Amino acid sequence: MAKIEEHAPALKASLNDDIGEEKRLEMYRLQVEIREAEQRAFDLFLQNLVKGTSHLSLGQEAVAAGFAAAMRPGDLSFCTYRGHAHTLARGVPITKVLGELMQRDIGLMRGKGGSMHLTSVDHGVMGSYAIIGAHLPIACGAAWRAQYKGAKDVSVCFFGDGTTNIGAFHEALNFAAVWKLPVVFVCENNLYMEYTPISDVTAVQHPAADRAASYGLERIIVDGNDADAVYRSAMAAYDKARAGGGPSLIECMTYRYSGHSRADPAKYRPEGELEKWKERDPIKLYRERLKQFGIGEETIFRIETDVKREVDEATEECKAAPPPSLDILTTDVYADGGFAWRN
Amino acid sequence: MAELTYRDAVIRGIAQEMTRDPDVVFLGEDIAKAGGVFKATVGLFEQFGPMRVRDTPISEQAILGAAMGAAMTGLKPIAEIMFSDFIAVCFDYIANEFPKSRYMSNGQVKCPLVVRTGNGGGARFGAQHSQSVENWCMMIPGLKVVAPSNPRDVIGLMAAAVRDPDPVIFFEHKSLYPTKGEVPDGEIVDTLGTAKIVRPGKDATILALALMVPRALAAAEKLKSEHGIDCEVVDVRSLVPIDTQTILGSVARTHRLFTVEENPRLCGWGAELVSIVADEAFYDLDGPPVRITTPHIPLPAADILEDLALPSVDRITDRIQRSLNT
Repeated sequence: MAKIEEHAPALKASLNDDIGEEKRLEMYRLQVEIREAEQRAFDLFLQNLVKGTSHLSLGQEAVAAGFAAAMRPGDLSFCTYRGHAHTLARGVPITKVLGELMQRDIGLMRGKGGSMHLTSVDHGVMGSYAIIGAHLPIACGAAWRAQYKGAKDVSVCFFGDGTTNIGAFHEALNFAAVWKLPVVFVCENNLYMEYTPISDVTAVQHPAADRAASYGLERIIVDGNDADAVYRSAMAAYDKARAGGGPSLIECMTYRYSGHSRADPAKYRPEGELEKWKERDPIKLYRERLKQFGIGEETIFRIETDVKREVDEATEECKAAPPPSLDILTTDVYADGGFAWRN
Repeated sequence: MAELTYRDAVIRGIAQEMTRDPDVVFLGEDIAKAGGVFKATVGLFEQFGPMRVRDTPISEQAILGAAMGAAMTGLKPIAEIMFSDFIAVCFDYIANEFPKSRYMSNGQVKCPLVVRTGNGGGARFGAQHSQSVENWCMMIPGLKVVAPSNPRDVIGLMAAAVRDPDPVIFFEHKSLYPTKGEVPDGEIVDTLGTAKIVRPGKDATILALALMVPRALAAAEKLKSEHGIDCEVVDVRSLVPIDTQTILGSVARTHRLFTVEENPRLCGWGAELVSIVADEAFYDLDGPPVRITTPHIPLPAADILEDLALPSVDRITDRIQRSLNT
């Protein structure tokens, strides 16, 4: 509680318009889309139309929007089980995401992956990984391919604060630094590893940034509730990666409004903490930002209405869609399309 | 035709594939400048350069993760895990990442890579550097698993593994590295999922893998010369996919089945094959199938103890002779 101000410095709106109206509108739209789709996923859970588990990014929308908006087509995203936001941010249709959560045939992976494994290779979403830390080395490998091939794409790897305490994090950071790989590691520090405050279980105050020096990297902490700040930080890291300058590690300070997963009512939070963070809600902040740059209420309202309609339409489309056909149970285990292990 | 060691066959197999396809890259600990701790990668760094043959830190998760990321995006990596025991420290990639990415993504993600690793006992290295762990990988849907027993198969199966669109775990046997065998000139490409009858016989079928193949062959010679028992020895070679037709065909001719497995007893590959034979060829059998394995113990370091643990030529010979004479 006492650390909120320190973790999330007050918004200092820069009137230097280095980002531009088009990009800002895109980022606002993405944040609203993530908010509405995540809220819908939660509501559908309560109706038992989304099953299994689900890890929402409510409150963390600016991180996904800022990093995705700064990407070029061809850049690659590697996400965690809290990956709906990053998947939507790359332009994957809402119907595909909700359809997967609702176990429909029109889902992104036809129900074979589920909420924790959203993948859309066509959109550069190279997978959502449910084993903590696993995808950091994988992102290194994709970046190695870019380096080897002389391609200019960047691999961007998102993970939570809890990931900074697993071995794969440290292996990947060292590996990427030694090989100078075009990879950007993004820690979304929402203050809790699952149910426990990250500060209770970590030797340093900033779980990612305070480790950067160990790998010869710059200590970068960003206001993760300010999409502009996130965007600028992303652009700098991508430019560095594309120029052959190697990896970056960026810690974004943010906060999740819901529990760790749907099973978690988040009772462990101190009273008033959630409310305090909601005063700095990323969407609320960004709405004000748009107004500062002269964007009218009408434009903002139209974005919000359009997105809400799209989420409603996607929901209805998914509700009407059939479940996956049973014949896919045994497909795509091996590259021949099947699961044969013997002759 | 040339005589080559198993170790040099590894080098030739990798070189053959790296020469053929510029997307084949190779990473691991000490594999580049040092030429590998088993000297099974000597000269590759010099031949293919630092961008394709890369030394890594002692970071097995980073090695396998990086191989996967490269494979997903278009390269054909070969990753070395120095000792197969170390698979335990990067098992997430073997168990959760490589084999499930295609299925979970409904076919979107591809993972064409090879993990080659030094497997097996006989070097007096003790319990953490001597294990036969093929069964750790065999049980996971989505993986392919091979274990060559001779230099020719090393090259042919390496080529097949590198060209295969699925993740392949390639078990090289440490005690076979210095052994020699005849290898034809030119390109060698084998087929995964094919067992080989390496000694025809009519009285019993012996299934063996890797180091157990030469031991089974030696036992078969003894059984023939000392007891007049004529054994057929099948080199299983590939555990996934597995060539059950060759095995079932052999049992249909000999009517007896023995497996020789270096792994500790429980859940060894032989158990699966005995189960298949019991299920599908029960009435071909004239007696109970017998598994000859290492006992359910960690491997000891002392030579007399390790030799006692692993199936030896004498133990194989004795066990088969006793079974057939009762």
